[in-house]
Amino acid sequence: MIPLWMYLAVAAGIFCIGTYGVLTRRNAVAILMSVELMLNAVNINLVAFWRYIEPLNMAGQAFAAFVFVVAAAEAAVGLAIIIAVYRNRRSVIVEDVNMLKW
Amino acid sequence: MLEFNAQTIAFIVFALFSLGGALGVVTTRNLIHATLYLILSLFGAAGFFVLLSAPFLAAVQVLVYIGAIAILIVFAVMLTRSMTRISDLYNRQWLLSAIVAGILFVVLLAGVIVPVWGVNGTQIDRPVSDVVAGTVDLGKALVDQNQYVLPFEVASLLLTAAMIGAIVIARDDQE
Repeated sequence: MIPLWMYLAVAAGIFCIGTYGVLTRRNAVAILMSVELMLNAVNINLVAFWRYIEPLNMAGQAFAAFVFVVAAAEAAVGLAIIIAVYRNRRSVIVEDVNMLKW
Repeated sequence: MLEFNAQTIAFIVFALFSLGGALGVVTTRNLIHATLYLILSLFGAAGFFVLLSAPFLAAVQVLVYIGAIAILIVFAVMLTRSMTRISDLYNRQWLLSAIVAGILFVVLLAGVIVPVWGVNGTQIDRPVSDVVAGTVDLGKALVDQNQYVLPFEVASLLLTAAMIGAIVIARDDQE
């Protein structure tokens, strides 16, 4: 079997790449994609811990399913906000969206 | 430490898919290509779910993430088409962010490699049992009133709220 830490290491790598994307990308759609990467890394961790430590308790899989739901909701609302901002500002660069700043 | 068998090869292939896809997402200028890299990365994660004997989650990963979210992102990219080729890919703090992400990765890696998860501080090399709860058990747990029926209903409420919210936010007010 693959040791548990290998799954966790891959998930940590995906999470950190996603963090870098969230912190640096200027396009809002790209930031949203990086957030999806981070959520996905969390899901890999949840399922790996479930399989290796508590394979008879459904908590790990159930939490992963809820993460799916939250990711879907977040993507729908986030993309709707991006499209609304694009309609008003003709831009999806996050530095141009400073209406709430004074 | 790793025996050379089909499972190991599959793990390495899926790890390359998910890590390489993730790198492509954050480094590609063209957002359509970035979305395709995102699909590759999500597909690698679905492979991990298969290896971890969670077939239902693998199917949901393909259906929801690749089938719905990635396609939604493609639509958003196309609706904001003039923005797919902006001059600067990264903002001014990219170097600082790279350092922060690198430090975070080192800390996380130390946290998972230093053996703390197993019994008596040992590294877990194999699952505690080969008997695994299946999809039927997951379905029962999600509607069992002693387990997850309340979060399940709240999740459906969240999806409804997100759907209505997305429609209201994205609607054109001029009409």
